[in-house]
Amino acid sequence: MDTQLEKPMPLPTPVTRPYWEGLAQGRIRIQRCEDCSAWVFYPRSHCTGCLSNRLSWHEVSGDATLYTFTVTRQPTAPFFADEVPQCLAVVELAEGIRLTSTLVDVVDTDIHIGMRLKPVFDHVSETITLLRFAPA
Amino acid sequence: MGLRGEAAIVGIAEYPHRRKYVGPRKFTTEQWAELTKMALDDAGLTARDIDGLVCADIREAGMFTPATVVEYLGQPVNFAERIDLGGATAVGMIWRAAAAIELGICEVVVCALPALPIPSHPVPQPVNPMMYFQSSSPNWGSPQAEFDIPYGNLAQNCGYAMIAQRYAAEFGYDPAMMAKLVADQRRSAAINPNAAFFGAPVTIGDVLASKMIADPLRMLEIVMPVAGGGAVVLASKAVAARCRHRPTYVTGFGEHLTIKTPTYAQDLCRTPVGPASRQAFSMAGITPRDIHAAEIYDCYTITVLLTLEDAGFCGKGEGMAFIREHDLSCGGDFPVNTHGGQLGMGQAGGAGGMTQVVEAARQVMGRADARQVTGCDTVYVSGTGGVMSEQSALILQGG
Repeated sequence: MDTQLEKPMPLPTPVTRPYWEGLAQGRIRIQRCEDCSAWVFYPRSHCTGCLSNRLSWHEVSGDATLYTFTVTRQPTAPFFADEVPQCLAVVELAEGIRLTSTLVDVVDTDIHIGMRLKPVFDHVSETITLLRFAPA
Repeated sequence: MGLRGEAAIVGIAEYPHRRKYVGPRKFTTEQWAELTKMALDDAGLTARDIDGLVCADIREAGMFTPATVVEYLGQPVNFAERIDLGGATAVGMIWRAAAAIELGICEVVVCALPALPIPSHPVPQPVNPMMYFQSSSPNWGSPQAEFDIPYGNLAQNCGYAMIAQRYAAEFGYDPAMMAKLVADQRRSAAINPNAAFFGAPVTIGDVLASKMIADPLRMLEIVMPVAGGGAVVLASKAVAARCRHRPTYVTGFGEHLTIKTPTYAQDLCRTPVGPASRQAFSMAGITPRDIHAAEIYDCYTITVLLTLEDAGFCGKGEGMAFIREHDLSCGGDFPVNTHGGQLGMGQAGGAGGMTQVVEAARQVMGRADARQVTGCDTVYVSGTGGVMSEQSALILQGG
């Protein structure tokens, strides 16, 4: 295994930057459409409900439930070999939107779909904070 | 709405699917020419009959792919398409070819998906780390690069595993029934000389004892990469009448796309093959009860389970019981993937879905030898691309 491989990290764009800046401050900010009130994730230029470009940022609690998960016994790519087994998850925020994450501070046999989760801000670099989740 | 059922598959070609390919290596263009000749010979047509072509990416061109293939074959066409639907590509090729024929644009269309290894580059090539991302895009601005890949969610296994986990939570899960699905298909593969697992059936116990890859998916529930590939020729009714085999008419199709990454699916357990299949059945004027064999895209066991339900062969949440109650092998009461499926053939790169199309035509033509389903006139075929994110369905019927 090539240990020189750097883990792929998010590279924010002009549209998505407020999300990443929020995470760096320990705050979860999600877009909401001012025309149809739909919550939108991931951050976009246009609403996925009505294609309006009138989206505004709102801070949310991060209260969430587990929608689904898997425990990887093989790395999904060589970059993640040091994290196996990973508890990959799809997390549903109280606002109803879903996001990709990983679960931390949990034994894999205790994971169950529907369990309540709380956000964990993982400051992986000076500029990037990944949003992980732990049992509430 | 839809097809009149006046375009037919008239010729088929398939490389034997093998884990270790020992034959001569050929470029994709060369395989295209070889498969085209094989399929035309099978139909009883000649190169000059070709006036349409449907391709996917080839290794020798990044763009202008159809023109590259047309030039290499030396056969001008009136209709050329390049399909980018992952595992739904083969089915997507067939209905587009049939539609073009019914529109009168062309009369004979070749659809090929070659997937043998190409020659090794004479100059050693460095390992490209991009290959580790597989079907996930690491490009700047790609949603996957920003919101999915950094967490380790990339490629296919983890997405399918998370769909299976969600299914388990909503409807229950019986690992032994998923294993039975594999065992039934491997019985068919065991008598298919083109299958990588020819002569190699497995038991339910073998599947359950295989290594866990991503909970709850085990090694034998996941396709094995192989060398292979296949092609078909479609023709108008008038041309089909002078071909060698029973025409296999395309009487219905559907296609539905929703997402790229399953995180953003509205409902992971209700998949796009549902609307695609409903359109296909409606267009053909038949119901799932009229199907004699179902060639269901099977990158993973969970794909087959959800397709059985969403296509309407059983109700939502009844798939496990359906597998328990039916013998799904080619000699069984509800034949599924009579060639062994990709779980039995192996998956030849992007050509996997072509095995389902080729086998469906073979069954309707009555050429499936030991695997022949008696009186097989009406076959359902599905294709699945991405992580159940782009799916397609076909109804094929004998003329």
